[in-house]
Amino acid sequence: MSPLRAIAAKLRHFFGGSRAERDFEEETRTHIALLAERLIRRGMTPEAARNEARRQFGNTTSLRETRHDMQTFAWIERLWQDLRHGARLLRMNPVFSAVAIASLALGIGANTAIFQLLDAVRLRSLPVKNPQELAQVQIVGGNTGMGMNNQYGDLTRPMWEELRQRQKAFSGIFAWGVGGDAVGSGSQLEPVVGFYVTGNLFQVLGVEAWRGRLTTPEDEHACPGTTAVVSYKYWQTRMGGRKIDSSTKLLIDGQLMQITGVTPPSFLGLVVGDRFDIVLPFCEPKELARNIFDVTVMGRLRPGTSLTVASAELAALSPGIMAATEITGYNADTVARYRRFRLAAYPAGAGVSSLREEYNSSLWLLLGITGLVLLIACANLANLILARASAREREFGVRLALGASRGRLLGQLFAESSLLAVAGAAAGIGISQLVSRALVWSLSTESNAILLPMTIDWRVLAFAAAITALTCLVFGAIPALRAAGLQPLHALRAGGRGMTASRDHFSLQRSLVVTQIAVSLVLLVGALLFVRSFHNLMTFNPGMREEGVTAAFIGFQQSNIPREGYLQFEQQLTDEVRAVPGVLSAATTTNPPLVGGSWTLGIHLGSAQGPSKFTWVGPEYFRTMGIPLLRGRDLRPSDTADSAHVAVVNETFVRQYTSGINPIGMAMQTVTEPDYPSTAYTIVGVIPDTKYACLRCGTPPMAFAPAYQYPDHRPWTAILIHSNLPPDVIAGRVKRRLAEKHPEMATQLSSFQALIRDGLIRDRLMATLSGFFGLLAALLAMAGLYGVVSYMAERRRNEIGIRIALGAGRGQVVGMVMREAAWMVAAGVIAGTLLALLAGQAAETLLFNLKPYDVPTLAAAGGLLAAVAVLASFMPARRASRLDPVQALRCD
Amino acid sequence: MSKEENRTPKKADILQGTLDLMVLKTLDALGPLHGYGIARRIEQISKSVLQLNEGTVYTALLRLEQQGWIKSEWGASENNRRARFYSISSSGRKQLAQETLEWERMAGVIGRLLQVRR
Repeated sequence: MSPLRAIAAKLRHFFGGSRAERDFEEETRTHIALLAERLIRRGMTPEAARNEARRQFGNTTSLRETRHDMQTFAWIERLWQDLRHGARLLRMNPVFSAVAIASLALGIGANTAIFQLLDAVRLRSLPVKNPQELAQVQIVGGNTGMGMNNQYGDLTRPMWEELRQRQKAFSGIFAWGVGGDAVGSGSQLEPVVGFYVTGNLFQVLGVEAWRGRLTTPEDEHACPGTTAVVSYKYWQTRMGGRKIDSSTKLLIDGQLMQITGVTPPSFLGLVVGDRFDIVLPFCEPKELARNIFDVTVMGRLRPGTSLTVASAELAALSPGIMAATEITGYNADTVARYRRFRLAAYPAGAGVSSLREEYNSSLWLLLGITGLVLLIACANLANLILARASAREREFGVRLALGASRGRLLGQLFAESSLLAVAGAAAGIGISQLVSRALVWSLSTESNAILLPMTIDWRVLAFAAAITALTCLVFGAIPALRAAGLQPLHALRAGGRGMTASRDHFSLQRSLVVTQIAVSLVLLVGALLFVRSFHNLMTFNPGMREEGVTAAFIGFQQSNIPREGYLQFEQQLTDEVRAVPGVLSAATTTNPPLVGGSWTLGIHLGSAQGPSKFTWVGPEYFRTMGIPLLRGRDLRPSDTADSAHVAVVNETFVRQYTSGINPIGMAMQTVTEPDYPSTAYTIVGVIPDTKYACLRCGTPPMAFAPAYQYPDHRPWTAILIHSNLPPDVIAGRVKRRLAEKHPEMATQLSSFQALIRDGLIRDRLMATLSGFFGLLAALLAMAGLYGVVSYMAERRRNEIGIRIALGAGRGQVVGMVMREAAWMVAAGVIAGTLLALLAGQAAETLLFNLKPYDVPTLAAAGGLLAAVAVLASFMPARRASRLDPVQALRCD
Repeated sequence: MSKEENRTPKKADILQGTLDLMVLKTLDALGPLHGYGIARRIEQISKSVLQLNEGTVYTALLRLEQQGWIKSEWGASENNRRARFYSISSSGRKQLAQETLEWERMAGVIGRLLQVRR
């Protein structure tokens, strides 16, 4: 027999409807009538003949059933029956169902949200043609901080030009970079994110224009460029989506540029999480700087060329490329290092991202945490269902005794748990959409908006489906297996009236609760660690004033100041700021501290040599930042470009370069770099150690020199302002004053503290999320403990009743019930502590001034959990002790 | 449970496939027949040794029809009742030939097996 034909026939029947049933009725009637007529002919009475005919024909009902099963997909019907029955049961217990679905929804929702973020940041490919063919060319091991570096810059322009000429492994190779630009002029000046591309980028990526045409190789010519392309978002929000034609022009960085087209909405650039506004073609300056690493090189590998083959080719090309593009103006050691650079190809199908490095371990850790929370929620559900199943033992016993197969009972229980899981998952996916968007929003700062498309792709759906199936198995299988082992006779006889509950009866529930307590302790320890670490960061004293300081970032490209006048103009601006009512002091700096920037020069001091941070600051800098002077003198307004070069250094500098001997009067010589000729600075003062680039970073040797002695000239600066007025008040006043005097200037003001806190966003995220999940886990575990203790006390009603009747005191009953709970809590806390010590390693690098095996944290988490556990078990214990023995013994 | 109710001890058990084969052979030999006619024919050939619940014939008919080995159409019976007449299809004939062959081979094997003396 062919099963396929049977299925086809069933389908035909399904669409043919109930006609076949009526036909069969008629056939049966005819058959029985013919039989009866024959029997009458043989002499039977009509009535006897009819009865005999029916007997001979057989059981029509069972025939109909057999036919029905043959003609339909019976298992689907049974499944449907189970599901309907399950839904009815769930509707009958609305509280149970609501609790179950809500806890599953939270668990699945949190997991899916975190996974969605991971997916967007890490796993998803760029929306371009065949992204798996894309590779990125980088220096093996990076450029070790040589020259000037852009955030996503890997190579220099000269390197790229050589590479473009020589390489064979890529069918198409392109370069790009990102940079800040400005559109418009004067007070209308608007900062935009520029995406600098070689003319072939869009063609190699296979990205088509949304409107007009995208950048082509013909757009690349001498600087400044004349054409640009805008992003879909910029076109929609800033240009009103108006028609792109030959009159569409924008003033970009002071140049009037022809806008030739719009990129498609799906293309958000090659940096995951960042946006771009304007696409500008690479232009050819008179001379390409050899020390600015500001381009990323990517390409499409030739068919059949692997990354290994491409890397081998690049390694072979490297010596020639490095020789042709050798860095100039640096010492021999640096040049030799440059010569040793080797290029290699790395996968680039998912684009590049700083979010990836920054949030990778946090996100995986969070996924682990939410997974554990889901596990605890599952254990709770399993316990609930177990308790319900015990109450239903009689029902199952009766059904088994009446001949229901165990498979059918299992199917029934699984239908119930799948209903819960699917309902939970549906709600969870809804929740995850809100949560993941909220997460992205909370990661964005004023200065750095993160743009991550939070779409539900197949990976997210597959993930949600997988964890749903898994949860369904975890919390559905345990009760189902228990029910399968049921002895019908035993279940009917005992009928929930055991004298004392046998130990083994509860062992499953017990071990579930112990697991819950252990896991929640791990999460609680994690939460406390992250919260304390964040607290450490927030209260950490970086050695300088944070509160009451406002940072002004000023660009005066449009102010028509000659290059030689930049430093003078910056001090003039500082004086104007100082004149604003409420400003106590103000100073320029080439590098505001704690916000990530860094500038290093090599120095020689006597026989010692090495790197030191260098910052050129205005005269009131140390006063503004609240940094005391330990020795020597402060920088003065009289330290000008023409006077002797002087510097104030920090204690680490002294320790490292003068072995702690008083350095006042010593001279250090800086190592030559382009625009920074070797200069002798006399040390005139010493300040205590402060943090430099960020709170988590160490304290390097630092030197501060007078602003007028800054060898570089740039049309922008930062002014730090100290005031006792609220930051927004002083920021408003300063901005107004500067706008009155210099309407063409671009000014941006931020609270210094807010800027520092922007750098702590990952820590804040970990603290809030792990704290939330830790509490949730503890709460769920306690609900589980409460439920199991209550349930066990309930099942021991008879025993407790007898004990009370025989004269046991209330205290004794309470003690008896709570002793049970105490064992579980103790086992859970011990197991949890061991697990926490193991799991702590994963969090170590994310913690600040804290070790993962922090004893007070472990003790606090264990103590907290134990205290709540006492409360959770005391309530059912007290209820048990108030039992009326007569009632307890009488009722069934 | 339902299958067990059909079974009456005095009647010889017949294999499901055997009934299908008998029905197919009957239709091949006698041409279009209704269910009652098929039951009578089996009763006659087996000389009442094989007594079956005649309803099971319809189960066999349904199974054969699902496989496409027989066709059916409505007609009038002996006493002018409406009755469904079944007839064998060409694929049914092929199936019958093949099954007959297999049956004979099987019967041969079993026969030889049972004749072996100790």
